[in-house]
Amino acid sequence: MEHVLEEVLPRIEICEEECKGCGLCIHYCPPKVIEASPSLNSHGYHPAHYKGEGCIGCGICFYICPEPGAITVYMKPSKGEKR
Amino acid sequence: MSGKILKKADAFYDVYERKPGADKLTTHYCPGCGHGTLHKIIAEAIDDFGIKDRTIIISPVGCSVFAYYYFDCGNVQSAHGRAPAVATGLKRANPESIVISYQGDGDIAAIGGNNILQAANRGENITVIFVNNAIYGMTGGQMAPTTLLGQKTMTTPRGRNPHNEGYPLRLSELLSTLESPVYIERVALTDAKNVLKARKAVRKAIKCQIENKGFSMVEALSPCPSGWRATPVEARKWIEEKMMPYFKLGVYKDNTKGKEPYIPPKEEFTTSEIEKIIGIAATKGKEEVRIEPPAARYRNPAIKIAGFGGQGVLLLGEALAEGGMRAGYHVTWLPSYGPEMRGGTANCQVIISDDPIGSPLVSAPDVLIAMNRPSLDRFEPDVKKGGLIIFNSSLIDRRPQRADVEVIAIPATEIADNLGNTRVANMVVLGSYIAKTGILTKEAVISTFPIFIKRRDLIPLNEEAVQKGIDWVEG
Amino acid sequence: MARELIKGNEAVIKGAILAGCRAYFGYPITPASEIAHAAAQYLPLVGGTFIQGESEVASIQMVYGAASAGLRAMTASSGPGISLKQEGISYLAGSELPCVIIDIMRGGPGLGNIAPEQGDYHQVVKGGGHGNYKTMVLAPNSAQEMCDLTMLAFDLADKYRNPVIVLADGFIGQMMEPVEFPQARTVEVDKPWAVKGTRETRKNLITSIYLSPEELEEHVRKLARKYAEVERNEQRYEAYRTDGAEVVTIGYGIVSRILHTVVDRARKEGIKIGLLRPITLWPFPKKKIEELTKQVRAFLVVEMSTGQMVDDVKLAVKERKPVHFYGRTGGMVPSVDEIWEKVKAIIG
Repeated sequence: MEHVLEEVLPRIEICEEECKGCGLCIHYCPPKVIEASPSLNSHGYHPAHYKGEGCIGCGICFYICPEPGAITVYMKPSKGEKR
Repeated sequence: MSGKILKKADAFYDVYERKPGADKLTTHYCPGCGHGTLHKIIAEAIDDFGIKDRTIIISPVGCSVFAYYYFDCGNVQSAHGRAPAVATGLKRANPESIVISYQGDGDIAAIGGNNILQAANRGENITVIFVNNAIYGMTGGQMAPTTLLGQKTMTTPRGRNPHNEGYPLRLSELLSTLESPVYIERVALTDAKNVLKARKAVRKAIKCQIENKGFSMVEALSPCPSGWRATPVEARKWIEEKMMPYFKLGVYKDNTKGKEPYIPPKEEFTTSEIEKIIGIAATKGKEEVRIEPPAARYRNPAIKIAGFGGQGVLLLGEALAEGGMRAGYHVTWLPSYGPEMRGGTANCQVIISDDPIGSPLVSAPDVLIAMNRPSLDRFEPDVKKGGLIIFNSSLIDRRPQRADVEVIAIPATEIADNLGNTRVANMVVLGSYIAKTGILTKEAVISTFPIFIKRRDLIPLNEEAVQKGIDWVEG
Repeated sequence: MARELIKGNEAVIKGAILAGCRAYFGYPITPASEIAHAAAQYLPLVGGTFIQGESEVASIQMVYGAASAGLRAMTASSGPGISLKQEGISYLAGSELPCVIIDIMRGGPGLGNIAPEQGDYHQVVKGGGHGNYKTMVLAPNSAQEMCDLTMLAFDLADKYRNPVIVLADGFIGQMMEPVEFPQARTVEVDKPWAVKGTRETRKNLITSIYLSPEELEEHVRKLARKYAEVERNEQRYEAYRTDGAEVVTIGYGIVSRILHTVVDRARKEGIKIGLLRPITLWPFPKKKIEELTKQVRAFLVVEMSTGQMVDDVKLAVKERKPVHFYGRTGGMVPSVDEIWEKVKAIIG
């Protein structure tokens, strides 16, 4: 049962309070696994939201996002460092 | 076991304490702005190269004026356009620091155009990040030097017109014509491919500095959705469609491979070494030769020495002042300068005095040394009653008209010519003056020569000239 | 004591090096160029930096950079160049950066001429740049003081974290006089605020921007408190034969040397006049002038300008006694005889 507790990788984490809803990550995400949240954050933006699965760990959302801390990408350990 | 994590760089502050207002988690940049992307790329490079402590970022005027809210490194805010000059001062003061000058298009290519040009040309070992968004973002959307033809801004309401505003300025191309810059590349913050190219370029530019290779610059075509009134995605498309055809991406200069690193020498000196280097140690404890005071009427002379430029009148004055100082007198030497310096004439004013000297200006000289006719014509009337006029009779075809002064006529140029060098006429005259008045001895005068006469082999000739002047007076 | 016969302009650089200055950034201009020449000659030899900047605008900003890094740094120019440097001087004052700026005054306005004048008083003493700031201003009147006051300028600059300007006229810069140089100093001024590219200084920020009105006002008030302290502590002057003087003449730079001669001549003839020479033009020696106001019948201010410093004298005298003025411009120097006539007219 141990592997059930393991994190699902790769995946992204979006800090919704640091998101300005610019939509760039949504637009440029190759597998299209990011969407605009229907709810508003405290700044009044619809923040980006990870659909929860399908991330390929490419890192594009991280570099395309203008906010330093809005997106964190957790990559797979063994697969290469290709970004 | 976990894999690589792409997260907020350590070179960013966790919380932006310097940022005013309640929100200290997000940047002040508009949604979709290119600055944030560039900041992230820079911060990641700082982390990866391990240079956080060494890095100093210069925030310019423009939207990135507040870059110091975010970067956890040394921060200096500078005047509009002056970041390359400020960077020069910072880097020269501490060559181990990594200085990043972060500038917008108006800052770097308009108001600071010469500053970037000259810093690049000096080959300053700094890294310049040039954010080109073709508009003045912060001040409200005015024309930038990189605004495209036809582009409407607040100051080009009918679109940029080449007949009125000229063409968009291509800075990377311009700077790449210079010899010194080591690495210049233009990138674009558009899609994933170009953003990753920008990342590579920024890393290379910073590495260029770390390796002490010299000047590097990355120009980033950067979206300004607010200034362009576009959505973030549209803004990136606009770069691709409108900017990139004019501002072509690519490496404009790359000498990183062949360039030898240059590390400026770091030298420290003791205080006594410094005194020696600047030549003040030699003067310490130098013996002064007190000489017999001259006859009362020759004491405390205010001397005017005048002639053509090139006749050595300034040097004659310096020898008198230096000799006088060594003999323990108070002295001043003032060169002709300002309105008196006309018609190719030169003059200087020397005072040698027993007492401290108030005014160093000699309007009514006790002694006039006239090396040419214009000098005699001009200054003869000013000489004090009972004073002394020495004139170069080789070049002056009249005697002074004054009957109330002493006069020495000496064919100084001919005497000098006979010695083989007309240029020592000044020393002939000097000899005659000291012989006449006794104000200084010959030894006192010639002891000053090593200071003024750069060519040592000419010193004996000058000594001889002084002697000839003495002989002329003493007969 | 052994002395060196040296131009005032060169004495500036030797003094600066003795005071620990290791960076010079400047642009050539007559009659200040010998300062750059000497800096180019000596600074690289003592481990320092000399750069001929592309302009005065750039040079003062290079000083801004070096001063940010904690280095004793300087620049020099003449009136037209000082006008250009005013941008940087305002930023230096706003960012509280210490540095030394030398102004060897020439004739103006515009290109004017290269002859000595004292027409930069207002732009230097009153602060020619934008905003509420002050720079300390020292006025040497000999080659010796060109050295000594440059050294003092570095100390004052560091003490108060403020630019200090040494204001001299073309004659003081060009004149050669014997100078007795003091010993070189090992300068270790603690500058915990500097940005040096080190772990210890990483958190530091040099800036003059305070976006919120509350913060900027607080910053300006802090500067004002500093300036008040400078006014209390740093008024310097030379009072020459002011004892019992009925008329006190006031002048700085080359003019003070001429006034010296005038005073000696007058005293020889039993006429009681004296000389007050401001050494600091800001802070202006108001206290001494107030004190003299009680004693004298009148003041005579002499300047190589149409009357600039005289405003400050009038502010100090507060109309309690007459303040006369005599000035020449364009490179014309007030002569001993001219001033003598003026003195006799006042004495009556």
